[in-house]
Amino acid sequence: MNEMTETATEAAVNAAASNRSVKMRGDKVGVFYGEKQALFDVDLDIYEHEVTALIGPSGCGKSTFLRCLNRMNDTIDGCRVTGKLTLDSENIYDPKIDVVELRARVGMVFQKPNPFPKSIFENIAYGPRIHGLVKSKGDLDEVVAISLQKAGLFEEVKDRLNEPGTGLSGGQQQRLCIARAIAVSPEVILMDEPCSALDPIATAKVEELIDELRENYTIVIVTHSMQQAARVSQRTAMFHLGNLVEVDATDVIFTNPSDPKTQDYITGRYG
Amino acid sequence: MTPGVLILIVLAMTIVGFILGRRRAVAMANREKVKLHSLPGYYGQTVALFVAVPAYVLLAAWLFLQPIVIENHISDLIPASAIPEGGARSLVMADVRRIANGLDYVVGKGGVSEDELASMRADISNIRSRLADVGIALGSDVKPVVFQAAKTYRKIGKTGSLLRDIAVLAAALGFGLWALWRVNPRMRARNTSETFVKALLIASSSVAILTTLGILLSLLFESIHFFRIYPARDFFFSTVWNPQFRGGSDLGILPLLWGTFYVSFVALLLAVPIGLMIAIYLAEYSGSTLRSFAKPAIEILAGIPTIVYGLFALVTVGPFLRDWIAQPFGIGNSSSSVMTAGLVMGIMLIPFVSSLSDDIINAVPQAMRDGSYGLGATQSETIKRVILPAALPGIVGAVLLAASRAIGETMIVVMGAGAAARLNLNPFEAMTTVTVKIVSQLTGDTEFASPETLVAFALGLTLFVFTLGLNILALYIVRKYREQYE
Repeated sequence: MNEMTETATEAAVNAAASNRSVKMRGDKVGVFYGEKQALFDVDLDIYEHEVTALIGPSGCGKSTFLRCLNRMNDTIDGCRVTGKLTLDSENIYDPKIDVVELRARVGMVFQKPNPFPKSIFENIAYGPRIHGLVKSKGDLDEVVAISLQKAGLFEEVKDRLNEPGTGLSGGQQQRLCIARAIAVSPEVILMDEPCSALDPIATAKVEELIDELRENYTIVIVTHSMQQAARVSQRTAMFHLGNLVEVDATDVIFTNPSDPKTQDYITGRYG
Repeated sequence: MTPGVLILIVLAMTIVGFILGRRRAVAMANREKVKLHSLPGYYGQTVALFVAVPAYVLLAAWLFLQPIVIENHISDLIPASAIPEGGARSLVMADVRRIANGLDYVVGKGGVSEDELASMRADISNIRSRLADVGIALGSDVKPVVFQAAKTYRKIGKTGSLLRDIAVLAAALGFGLWALWRVNPRMRARNTSETFVKALLIASSSVAILTTLGILLSLLFESIHFFRIYPARDFFFSTVWNPQFRGGSDLGILPLLWGTFYVSFVALLLAVPIGLMIAIYLAEYSGSTLRSFAKPAIEILAGIPTIVYGLFALVTVGPFLRDWIAQPFGIGNSSSSVMTAGLVMGIMLIPFVSSLSDDIINAVPQAMRDGSYGLGATQSETIKRVILPAALPGIVGAVLLAASRAIGETMIVVMGAGAAARLNLNPFEAMTTVTVKIVSQLTGDTEFASPETLVAFALGLTLFVFTLGLNILALYIVRKYREQYE
């Protein structure tokens, strides 16, 4: 029975792999913080409706790469990106690109839950409001409800939408942040260690959510947990000292890595 | 012995106490072959503290109390008849003190011996000229009673000082020996000195609190004095301020309070928006290089003495407003006006608002900004919808602190807004504030018993209550804000 499901999942992954399309593509992406180079010539494809996990020891550049995908690195003084990064074949570092629009298409969830010190409703409504996505109060109510439902939070908070978002538990706050990102209808959601501040139960809920979101969104997740990468992702990219060591289907990386560094890292020899 | 010498002697005893205490602890530990509870230095420190602290505390108390006791005693010696018509007892007492000091000086220079002095009498020997010879000028001839009082003053003072020296040295020696006797290896010297450090810190902080209390009490007592001779109802509710130094004044605080709030309001109207925008620019837009240069440059504004701002108001802003705005529009002829003082005070307050708000905006966690940018918000949307709402309580606190600064400001108002107390809505009219009137009621040659002078304390108390209230409100708001993120 168990074996059957596993085979079925594998088959599904392979089927997806055959007709998957590239959502974002990194081509010799390099990042400099001032004089210091943090990322070297990374070539990485992100496929649509897949979860791509970025793993590697601390300081390996995986978060840096993630923050390149929606140009969050722009907010850091002295940060410079080289190479080419495309979203639907469009270079996102093209000067003609509207960064604000890009970030609406490529949403982000951070390591520590960071709800605004506003009500739960206002937290979700923030994005749709600033982007003018809704015409009426009724529409807004609907967007908030749908986003919360997609994030699996609606049942827990539906009676207290006007209470502050900071009053929720850590796991709920993180799902609130995911709902907030969903509310602007992004195409890609970036997650920077979204479960590292959560307990195992909250983590399980968020992981379940990530798996569901794959249906409609493309997800890139940075994680320190090997189990998490194995559980939620279809493809895994291993980073080390600013270099992309290898990238492959998650089960290949975890069962038969081609690089000894990956082997060492996933078996816990360092990291 | 002068207090200075006494202090040095006690200091020397303290050092000796330290050495003896340390040595005794080490010696006892070696003899009894046990381990010291604390490092040897702590035993020395304990003895030293027992030598110094009680002695210095006693000395300080004595120096404070002795003049008061002597003064009271001498004051009783002077009969009411010796006090000139219209003068005060305190003036005669001042004479007594000066003569006593003069006599000390004469004896010190060897002009007369102590015995000679004892037999001297004011009506026979010419005291005034003798004192003038050594540089002590007296206003009139010395009355026998006063001279006698001065001699008694010297005598009691001398005895007092002698007793003081003995008491202080005895305290240092007694406590020191007791502490030295108590030294043994099991004594917890480390903890003892910890207690002393704690007490020292508590004492320092209580100085600030006690000073506040003292100021408040002195204001309170003089105000009570004032309200005994002037009805409180008239003071708080009368709209006329018209002090007459011959009596029959109208001392209504309302015009002054109105002026105070009007000027402060104009000042805040200028300072808050500009200060806030500076803060937002510095915290959110400017690069770190510009910020490190611009922030101190703006804070220089806060370092300019207010009298210089006053000059600026008097010479530049006032005439400018009169010639270009007030007169052409026919709304005023005076270069002193609420507008002048308010604008200049507003400039003075800009760095208060900007600097505090900048710190507060910077304290908003970066995660809030990231969250907003990550949703595709622009910088100004992020500031308007996320950062300012999050920082608002702190900014309100900053504004309230600036407001209490504005209410207490004097120099700019004297030179910018004039001294006419009136209730008027026109901002181009001269008006005045509570602080200015406190100054003008207390300067000049007036006695300290009339309502016209005592009113200054009632004004001061009212102002104190207002600014204290604002400060408490500001602190409360700032504290509430802090809890949000920490």
